[in-house]
Amino acid sequence: MLRREWIYGWLLLLPALVFLFAFTHLPAIATIWHSFHSTPRGRRPARFIGLDNYEKLIGDPVFWKVLGNNAWFALGTIPTSIGIALLMALWVNDRLAGRAAVRMAYFAPTVLPLIAVANIWLFFYTPGFGLFDQITAALFGWPQSNLLGDHTTALGAIIVVTIWKEAGFFMIFYLAALQSIPVSLVEAARVEGAGRWTIFRRIIFPLLMPTTLFVSVNAVINSFRLVDHIFLLTGGGPDNASSLLLFYIYEIAFKYWETGYGATLTVVLLALLSALAIGQFFLFDRRIHYK
Amino acid sequence: MTRFAPDIDRWLNTLGAWALAVLWVLPLAYAVWTAVHPAAYEARFDLFAPLTADNFAKAWNAAPFSRYFLNTFILVTGILACQLVLCTLAAFAFARFRFPGRSALFALVLLQLLVMPDILIVENYRTMRQLGLVDTITAIALPYVASGFAIFLLRQTFMTIPRELDEAARVEGSSYLGLLWRIYIPLAKPTYLAFGLVSVSHHWNNFLWPLIVTNSVNTRPVTVGLSVFSAVDSGIEWATINAATLMTSGPLLIAFLLFQRQFVQSFMRAGIK
Repeated sequence: MLRREWIYGWLLLLPALVFLFAFTHLPAIATIWHSFHSTPRGRRPARFIGLDNYEKLIGDPVFWKVLGNNAWFALGTIPTSIGIALLMALWVNDRLAGRAAVRMAYFAPTVLPLIAVANIWLFFYTPGFGLFDQITAALFGWPQSNLLGDHTTALGAIIVVTIWKEAGFFMIFYLAALQSIPVSLVEAARVEGAGRWTIFRRIIFPLLMPTTLFVSVNAVINSFRLVDHIFLLTGGGPDNASSLLLFYIYEIAFKYWETGYGATLTVVLLALLSALAIGQFFLFDRRIHYK
Repeated sequence: MTRFAPDIDRWLNTLGAWALAVLWVLPLAYAVWTAVHPAAYEARFDLFAPLTADNFAKAWNAAPFSRYFLNTFILVTGILACQLVLCTLAAFAFARFRFPGRSALFALVLLQLLVMPDILIVENYRTMRQLGLVDTITAIALPYVASGFAIFLLRQTFMTIPRELDEAARVEGSSYLGLLWRIYIPLAKPTYLAFGLVSVSHHWNNFLWPLIVTNSVNTRPVTVGLSVFSAVDSGIEWATINAATLMTSGPLLIAFLLFQRQFVQSFMRAGIK
């Protein structure tokens, strides 16, 4: 009886696990293996070169630049999009005139492909007749700007697009969490004379901590995963000012066909993701008040 | 004074909520506006500018969008069908059977939530080349068919189904698969709807992996098609590009407008652990 359950369990799992291993786990391990090898070229197969790729990595100024960009990108997108998402959720959860329309407005960008989003924003950022230049020229009389072409503003411009795209998505999770908070709890506090701000700070916000953890893990993963818009908006430029790690991996592996070095960069990305996820989990776990 | 304060508070909140909503919708609205007006008005706002569908016609004729749409349709339905079958079976195993290695395997499934196939592009491309699948729709789909997210979501749902139900069915001589088909799947319908919407919109929107693994018109999905279209420096007008942009996201946007409530609820349900 017990044996039959075993066999059943394994058989049911088998198809999914085959694909899971073939395209997630084995490639992840193979990435580490290939990061110690040179890139095969023509008739010359890949050979073991030890830590050479890693040495190259340490001496690669573009890698450090891109890593720094990614840190700024994460810092720029994660807190802002989570903050806006929370604000959106609080508003939309409240009694509000035209609530359905507002909620739809917040969520709509989430449904669009990021590449389509990039197209729309590319149009706004266009020097001269883009929406931004038109508005700043009409309101303040500013001269024509080139937000995407200037290395001081390119990354910021990408960050704005990402926040616009992501905030509505995170709002949904907060909305779900807000609706599961018992009304009686908030009412009890109100009877005690607590104001809106106190209720938010002392009751709602702590109860939202598990959601914040979930959303922030998602946001961290996204800050390394979302590079689609870079392809259209800046192509990583100018001078790698808006390139992110995954975009750099794409360039190295598929533009210059240096797959060995590409694997090394991927190892860094995997290590970063794991470290951040583990760190985040332990950091937040202590502060979360589960019901 | 104190009687009026809450009113002012509410009023300010409504104002803020609406201001943000307008800000959020503005880019989209502007894209729509340029797409339905002649190119001459793309940077000039005029309420009485003549409406036109020319931009859509131009975009449609300038690139093989019908082929791109067909590719995306095949891709999205194919992925969803495979995901539903594979992940239902796996979730059922995790939820109802005890076997050695269960928790370790489940941990490996959850690991995929962190290490997404999107990141393993270098290695997955190597695999596809070895399999001779480069530039096929199958190659775009394969890394995603065993979705850790789907397995997790369905397992959570299956675990809430009371054991008494399947014991009753077992007594009546139902097989395990019969049990799955007649009790578990029907009861998990809302979860299937939720996952279906998430999966379709995710893979409709996916760009990087299809960009890498496809290189011909016959396999490219709309997202890659759109990027090829708008990357051409051949002086295509913005109005036309915006029309193309709206076309590629159109089906999802229309679905979203029609099923707004289900869409939002499905994402919510997907988020609840």
